[in-house]
Amino acid sequence: MSQVVTQSHAGFKSQLKKYYSVYAGGFIGFVLLLALAEQLGMSRQWIGYWFLFATVGLYAAIGVMSRTSDVSEYYVAGRRVPAFFNGMATGADWMSAASFIGMAGTLFLTGYDGLAWVMGWTGGYCLVALFLAPYLRKFGQFTIPDFLAERYGGNIVRTIGILSAITCSFVYVVAQIYGVGLITSRFTGLEFGVGVFVGLGGILVCSMLGGMKAVTWTQVAQYIILIIAYLTPVVWLGTKHTGIPIPQIAYGYTLQKVGDLEKKITADPKEQEVRKIFADRAAAGKAALAAPEKAYNEGKAKLEQNLASLKSSNAPADQVAAAEKAVTAYPKDVVAAKAAWTREAGLAARSAPPRPHAEAFVGKDEKARDSARLNFIGIVFCMMFGTAALPHILMRYYTTPSVQEARVSVFWSLFFIFLLYFTAPTLAVLAKYDMFTNLVGSSFASLPAWAAAWAKVDPGLLNITDINKDGIVQWAEVVIGGDLIVLATPEIAGLPYVVSGLVAAGGLAAALSTADGLLLTIANALSHDLYYKMIDPTASTTKRVTMSKVLLIVVAIVAAYVTSLKPGDILFLVGAAFSLAASAFFPPLVMGVFWKRANKWGAIIGMAAGLAVCIYYMMRTYPFFTNMGVPKMDLWFGLSPVSAGMFGLPVGLLAIIIVSYLTSPPSKEVQELVEHVRYPHLKGDSVMSEAR
Amino acid sequence: MQLTEKHNQYWHKNLVITAVLLAVWFLVTFVEAWYARELNGITFFGFPLGFYMSAQGSLAIYVLIIGVYAVYMKKLDKEYGVDEGDLE
Repeated sequence: MSQVVTQSHAGFKSQLKKYYSVYAGGFIGFVLLLALAEQLGMSRQWIGYWFLFATVGLYAAIGVMSRTSDVSEYYVAGRRVPAFFNGMATGADWMSAASFIGMAGTLFLTGYDGLAWVMGWTGGYCLVALFLAPYLRKFGQFTIPDFLAERYGGNIVRTIGILSAITCSFVYVVAQIYGVGLITSRFTGLEFGVGVFVGLGGILVCSMLGGMKAVTWTQVAQYIILIIAYLTPVVWLGTKHTGIPIPQIAYGYTLQKVGDLEKKITADPKEQEVRKIFADRAAAGKAALAAPEKAYNEGKAKLEQNLASLKSSNAPADQVAAAEKAVTAYPKDVVAAKAAWTREAGLAARSAPPRPHAEAFVGKDEKARDSARLNFIGIVFCMMFGTAALPHILMRYYTTPSVQEARVSVFWSLFFIFLLYFTAPTLAVLAKYDMFTNLVGSSFASLPAWAAAWAKVDPGLLNITDINKDGIVQWAEVVIGGDLIVLATPEIAGLPYVVSGLVAAGGLAAALSTADGLLLTIANALSHDLYYKMIDPTASTTKRVTMSKVLLIVVAIVAAYVTSLKPGDILFLVGAAFSLAASAFFPPLVMGVFWKRANKWGAIIGMAAGLAVCIYYMMRTYPFFTNMGVPKMDLWFGLSPVSAGMFGLPVGLLAIIIVSYLTSPPSKEVQELVEHVRYPHLKGDSVMSEAR
Repeated sequence: MQLTEKHNQYWHKNLVITAVLLAVWFLVTFVEAWYARELNGITFFGFPLGFYMSAQGSLAIYVLIIGVYAVYMKKLDKEYGVDEGDLE
């Protein structure tokens, strides 16, 4: 792949098609071979090792083959990635560990209301296609701060751009590295830290040696693995339940059956019995919390009295032993007892009947439902505009050969993302149906094999306890962690272990590919925008590329270090990254193309105001900050802190318009630049876009 | 270079198609989500329509929107002589 510089576009494309067809076939052959080895008795751990080392080794090999020190190759893959392949690479870049492993689980747990993420993370590409990709491609430089600086002029704009790009990418990359460690440790038994190290090694070899060029070709390879891994078990499970191998179309009737089963579970007396137990325990915990000292002493006295009376009446030894155990197990002091009661009070959530899967905006009254609807809209809004402002995605559209290819490339990007995202809701419904029919009602003595295995391995993902002691599983007795759905689907569908290994390889590909793109964005912002454009504009091209490679390693190590601290609530951080990107980048990027009058001060104040409003809202409403002493305020319109971009973006947009009108219009050169990006080709154009 | 009347027409047509496609996007995203409860009353291939749109229908329309834009703009580029020539 390194000696193709002089080839024609068409020749290059057909060669790529050949390479990747052979590769996809080879990968399927590899999986089949492992399946055969499993039948012959290969252990699960070795299957895990094979998947881990074969795929990471493959990514590293592509990195070595694509090594380069050429600036254009390193930053934008030589600008000759065909639309189709750029689409695959963007798909892998975009779909993170959270999409691959978490999405179906979120939908399983929250039903319709979780679809806000699905819509937000796909619909944003319409904005990319209509407002950004073709124009950025025509502009044709290397980074997003490049565009802002050129369009608005001055280092202040560039600096705000660099800061925003690094902030949202860094927050996001930590989540990815966390995913890498989790998957490798789960499927190979390696330690979390070692898992991070192995995965990171793969990322570094690839992006360090070849920059964007290597990352692009690796991401194409990763997309192929991740989509095969995602679709295989779902199609299998779907065919089992619907009889049609395209479950994405056929699961409507399964959804109806799920609805009927939900009604049955709500009305079932045994289920109601379990829910009543939870409600009673929650009420008792809440009552005790109201008067902790009194409740503590009374509870203790009652147990001791019980023990004494059993002893004095010469009760059987096992009853006495049980009573003794209860006394010793009683919380040591009021503080410990309070913690236990808080847990008990939390059981109220489990006393509710299952929420109807397809019902939109569930709430206890009309007001709660309307608030749920507004928050749904808020998440869709922020994820969409955040998508259209995340630098690591926008950067990909610099790599196509032409403006038209950039437009087509957005189409392929969304198409490849769509394949996974329109499958996730299907998987959620199929898994629920399977659990309602095969798990609920089974006896504790003979649970389905997958359920028994997962409950034993990871109680955080699956916990089944016989609450009402009838020996039969009730739905209310099952607690599921979202990640279980994708991880356990192969076993639920009754597929051999090799498919579980395949799913792990897919999750790893998703996490690695996103981490690759993000690390590169951060390193480029530092080496290209900060160092070359602002500190040392005379730096030679070799020095710039070397600088970028060194920075890449530094950023990766810092990110790995932050990950090892296991910072809490990654999902909020990811959502926050989208809101921040939407507030900071979307208005100046779009106005930069569509409104010639937008000027430097408009952009500076607009970006600062958007960011400020967004950060202010998060700081004042998110518990993490308010617990640290930031004064808490009420939510505006009941919108959750994740949707802060819903306020930041309009404010930023307004600020650009108002401030631009109050200050003088941009120079003639800038206006000509705007005209330049608006037309795919103008006479006398080539000098401007190609020479740099 | 100096833009001609033809160039302005091209840009105007680009703005029109952008606005039209954006309206479709708005309709299948925000209007659809706002009325999801009402749409769920309609059944479509066994699905409640609101659920189906948010899970799959709107997503497919997004793909179409981008496809239509790419095809339309390619034609427009040629018609107004601002295309980049054949790369193939």
